[in-house]
Amino acid sequence: MPKLYSGAEIVFKCLEDQGVSHIFGYPGGAVLPIYDELKNFNSIKHILVRHEQGAGHAAEGYARSTGKPGVLLVTSGPGATNAVTALTDAYMDSVPLVCITGQVPTHLIGTDAFQECDTTGITRPCTKHNWLVKDINDLAEIMHKAFEVATTGRPGPVLVDIPKDIQFQKTKYRNYKKVKKLNGKSHDNFSQKNIDDLIGLISKAKKPIFYTGGGVVNSGPKASELLRELVYATGFPITSTLQGLGCFPADDNQFLGMLGMHGTYEANNAMYSCDLMINIGARFDDRITGKIDEFSPKSKKVHIDIDPSSINKNVKVDLAIVGDIKSVLTSTLKTLKKSKKNFSKSNKHQISNWWEKIQKWRSKRSLDYIGSEETIKPQYAIERLYELTKDRDAYITTEVGQHQMWAAQHYKFNKPNRWMTSGGLGTMGYGLPAAVGVQIAHPKKLVVDIAGEASVLMTMQEMSTAVQYNLPIKIFILNNEYMGMVRQWQELLHDKNYSESYTAALPDFVKMAEAYGCVGIRAKSPEELDDKIIEMLNTDRPVIFDCLVDKQENCFPMIPSGKPHNQMLLGPKDQKDKKITGKGRTLV
Amino acid sequence: MANSKSAYSIAGKKQKNDTHIIVVWVDNEAGVLARVVGLFSGRGYNIESLAVAEVDQKENISRITIVTTGTPQVVDQIKLQLKKLVPVHKVADFKREDKNVIFKEMALFKFVANSEKLIKAFKACKNFNPVVLDETKKSKVIQITALRREIDKMSKNLTKFGLVSVSRTGAVAMTRGSDVFK
Repeated sequence: MPKLYSGAEIVFKCLEDQGVSHIFGYPGGAVLPIYDELKNFNSIKHILVRHEQGAGHAAEGYARSTGKPGVLLVTSGPGATNAVTALTDAYMDSVPLVCITGQVPTHLIGTDAFQECDTTGITRPCTKHNWLVKDINDLAEIMHKAFEVATTGRPGPVLVDIPKDIQFQKTKYRNYKKVKKLNGKSHDNFSQKNIDDLIGLISKAKKPIFYTGGGVVNSGPKASELLRELVYATGFPITSTLQGLGCFPADDNQFLGMLGMHGTYEANNAMYSCDLMINIGARFDDRITGKIDEFSPKSKKVHIDIDPSSINKNVKVDLAIVGDIKSVLTSTLKTLKKSKKNFSKSNKHQISNWWEKIQKWRSKRSLDYIGSEETIKPQYAIERLYELTKDRDAYITTEVGQHQMWAAQHYKFNKPNRWMTSGGLGTMGYGLPAAVGVQIAHPKKLVVDIAGEASVLMTMQEMSTAVQYNLPIKIFILNNEYMGMVRQWQELLHDKNYSESYTAALPDFVKMAEAYGCVGIRAKSPEELDDKIIEMLNTDRPVIFDCLVDKQENCFPMIPSGKPHNQMLLGPKDQKDKKITGKGRTLV
Repeated sequence: MANSKSAYSIAGKKQKNDTHIIVVWVDNEAGVLARVVGLFSGRGYNIESLAVAEVDQKENISRITIVTTGTPQVVDQIKLQLKKLVPVHKVADFKREDKNVIFKEMALFKFVANSEKLIKAFKACKNFNPVVLDETKKSKVIQITALRREIDKMSKNLTKFGLVSVSRTGAVAMTRGSDVFK
């Protein structure tokens, strides 16, 4: 007679077989049997968060910084509903998560039992797939399938809802052998002809540009290496979306900076004027394209993506290559090397005019801002943070808003998986718990959450988690007392009617840090900023850094809503030189 | 600038809508219909009619037939998004004008009228394979199979013969000839 295992044991057996080392969670009535088994599985460490949303974002940070799926374990009802924001966030940004939820016992489902909710119903639109386990004999198969769905093809969150009685029931467990399956439902179905067509376009292009996104990160570190190789082999300029930052070194001359609503002047103008756009693992999001009808009107567009439904969703493309970035880039490089040796040299002349044009746009220096000796400019704070941390292979997370855009603009990433930010859903409160997850995965590394004072208050309770597990995360708050991005839009679009965007009562972040048992540091002026940052970096404990910045600063450059890429608003420096025309003013 | 205060772009040009019949083969499991229908409502696609039933008991496969309208781009998206769902096996898409595909809907009409009108009612249905399913002195239940617009028309025209209740299915579809959709 083979040994029988309870449902709760099987959950951990599956996690063990999947190589899971950390789970983020919060106990409750409907998951108690699973929590009871925790003590018997030493290879799995549980991180107790303070709110289930925090568990989700921590798992996201863990997943994004390692490439492995993040696992969270929460109870039924409110446990599950609290995790919904994080699941949706992961769904939008293609982060592999496995969420295990407890459920009321099967005989109580549908009776409005205590802490019951229709978890699979609620999470259906924000997961790749979800399961309600109704039979103990299905549990192991579902658990393994969950990991497969989360990690293959375009990654994303999945959820397994396990009723409490199933957690107690017993059955056999057969050890699981992981089969290497890369693509799940979507397949690498590109052909050599696709690659040849791409090479054809590449060799003809006079004004080419690479436009890369989070898909490159998701395809693994090798994909970033191949991307670099391809960009160097072609000599083409490259721009990146918010999620793709780090795949290509930001300090390289071929990199034009981020594109999109708060992208650089050169990146957006190059996107508008190019004759060949090669989209690698990005999805033509509306923050990138601006006005769709006038998006890059004269270019041939190539789209390389693992998700067939991303192709032609927002922008019609001329050549679609469906496949894993890594394998597409491998074939492309192989073909390029075979058919066109020394392509970057022979091609140099053909794209030299294009580079001249780009240099002209670059000379606008669109990320410049007017410095100050009295107040800390937020951009300056990020610049200093970058200069003081750039040799330390730092992991940066952010919240959502102005500080996030400034971080993306001024912090230069050189490696993938170092940048964790909520792009698609734009979840304020993402960065602090994400930093917790990143620090769990990389205990020896420097992890900084570049935050805004409004965002960080949404998940501040996770500081307590950081203290409990001795996670020396650094919460670098650019404190302007406003919901800065909201204030900026109100200033530009709603006649400076700052409706409810000022927080009239903020906590004293230094005292709050102390109350949590971590370290609080405040910087008030530019001259003390460096010393304070160094103090923060030298503190081997969690730190809340309250950086008091200019309250009126806006995030530029900016493409106003509904405008194409070539109609950007530049910063105050440029506006002084060249006033926006009457028409331009009404447009914003 | 009507929408100049929006944080989002302004809607572009609208393309022409076509009617398509989408056939989806799915695992017959709990929640699968909700997944398919939820995808339509969540992404703002139309459902004009829906028919679903298990077609293969051994393999546990259901066949869902959805009539929808959308621009070519939207219809493409519908197919691609459906294919991403885990329990979906295959997706077929037919244009309503497609001559190689048979579309049929069924309707049940209940008439309450005198015998003269009831006879007329049955006669009016004669082009659409009428079957009398129930009959009393004062009433008749007639089943017809026809195209959507034919049934629309019929249910309008038959009121004068005492039509009191209509129950109808969504469209089902099948290709003509010996070919089977793979």
